[in-house]
Amino acid sequence: MSLKEKTLDLLKMREKAQSGGGEKAIKKQQSLGKLTARQRIVALLDKDTFQEYDLFIRHDAKDFNMENKDLAGDGVLTGTGKIMGKPVCIFAQDFTVAGGSLGIMHARKITKIMDHAIKMRVPLIGINDSGGARVQEGVNSLAGYGEIFYRNTKASGVIPQISVILGPCAGGAVYSPALTDFVFVVEDISKMFITGPQIIKTVLGEEISMEELGGAKTHTQLTGNAHFYAETELECFEQIKELITYIPWNNTKKAMPFKARPPKPKYDIGNIVPDDPKEPYDVRHVIKAISDESKFFEVQADWAKNIVIGFSRIEGETVGYVANQPDYMAGVLDVDSSDKAARFIRYCDAFNIPLITLVDLPGYLPGVDQEHAGVIRHGAKILYAYSEATVPKLTLTLRKAYGGGYIAMNSRHLGADFVFAWPNAEIAVMGPEGAANLIFRKEIAEANDPEKMRQEKMDEYKQKFANPYIAAGKGYIDAVIEPRETRKFLKHALEVSKDKCSPKVERKHGIPPF
Amino acid sequence: MEKKYKILNIDETGYKTQFSETFEKRKTWQRPNEKKLYSFIPGTIQDVFVKKGSIVEKGDELLILEAMKMRNKIKSPINGTIKKILVEENEIIPKNYLIIEFE
Repeated sequence: MSLKEKTLDLLKMREKAQSGGGEKAIKKQQSLGKLTARQRIVALLDKDTFQEYDLFIRHDAKDFNMENKDLAGDGVLTGTGKIMGKPVCIFAQDFTVAGGSLGIMHARKITKIMDHAIKMRVPLIGINDSGGARVQEGVNSLAGYGEIFYRNTKASGVIPQISVILGPCAGGAVYSPALTDFVFVVEDISKMFITGPQIIKTVLGEEISMEELGGAKTHTQLTGNAHFYAETELECFEQIKELITYIPWNNTKKAMPFKARPPKPKYDIGNIVPDDPKEPYDVRHVIKAISDESKFFEVQADWAKNIVIGFSRIEGETVGYVANQPDYMAGVLDVDSSDKAARFIRYCDAFNIPLITLVDLPGYLPGVDQEHAGVIRHGAKILYAYSEATVPKLTLTLRKAYGGGYIAMNSRHLGADFVFAWPNAEIAVMGPEGAANLIFRKEIAEANDPEKMRQEKMDEYKQKFANPYIAAGKGYIDAVIEPRETRKFLKHALEVSKDKCSPKVERKHGIPPF
Repeated sequence: MEKKYKILNIDETGYKTQFSETFEKRKTWQRPNEKKLYSFIPGTIQDVFVKKGSIVEKGDELLILEAMKMRNKIKSPINGTIKKILVEENEIIPKNYLIIEFE
């Protein structure tokens, strides 16, 4: 045979393998409202940039009639491509081939592309759509998963890892996304759980639908396992592309620089926070009033809403925000919000993204359920994360900062580089009402008119302590600033901190309160 | 969507804010009653070793609850006398189901 003939043969084999599980299976996938693996890769990556590898991988399983099964690509597409003109490594499980089930060769394809991503220091994007372990391959499937989880961990904090759940992701498989940085889910399509509704019904007698147990809304609103929610796959891909503009390609680089743009004038920073410390407002408006083009890319918007995290840009450079949300549960810190903030702080620290913390909280949420849920060790996570972070850390106290909340929200004492406060900031051990009742308990009890005395003592406390000047007097605050000076002060602090260098203490690693 | 504001009390100060669903649904804590023994997991009752009036010591095996492929030994939490057994052999029960009451 000549080279020409052999080349034609290759093209024929390639076409066959690229058709995945065949027409029938593809039609079924589409009837479920899902794109095929190949369509997903094409939609996400820049045009004509997908280079596929290991298309001709074959499984070598013999048990359970596997010998006669020819599975195209062993159920997964892997390769490299480009997003926004920069290279990425990508894999997409193919549900049309044996339900996208994972056997050892399927897993080896994935671990190979993961190894490339780590070596070449480029982001790894994984599109999950699989029935789970290929039972016919027995313990080899488990070995496959184990090898993937190990690499997820090795890559953590080195390259960005993004998981997109576009189908079932159950049992052991779901631990891979859990180890990655960001998980994207789509309504009606994403399903994540350790044990499915069938087993739960048989073993425990509890009845629940797949959607209620592990659908997109469950994971973005209840469990905190997912970070971004989309109604369609295409919307999801747009979100991924937007996220990529904010994060660096690997941990030695900084994020893409953009042209500096001012915030939109409709966000009047001086008129967002109410004078009365008991009145709510949406802290995201403050973030938008500070950020370039007033753009804010929020992460985990629907879970633990009492704290807000996300990315934006100041003078073209990416920054990460952690902000208390008074519009929700008065912005208190509790189990979930501590977890949410701590993980985000670690992410920004790993990838050289400066952190801006906006403070307005009355403290931690009291309650037996919080205490018994371990608010102590969960709350400690945020302290640990802030203390260990060596990226530039800026803090701005917008209003209340009482007690433990003051310390936890990136105070100077946890290593904040620059701490600012607005004139209405109240930095105190607790609010005036609680403080007056505690400190002046005797005077109030012995007064002729206890109510009048209580009010007097509250006003006295408010005058003396509910302001930023005592903290400023001790240097715990670097500057008390006008709201409209905020962007100027933050911008300058970021410029000065550009080459921040923190000495490393010799130790293998600390022991965070996991 | 309409915002629904309520007052959240922290340190004797009432803050106007929206409540989370988990906060609204929280159960008030109740002191556990040591004379009531509840199931710790859903499962099937097998081999009940005691009856009404049996006198038991702390740690005595009362019954076997089969769950998660294990024959779990349910032991007595206290020294006492069995007042009531609320389950039968082969009965499938959910979690937190009252199994035994002591005098």
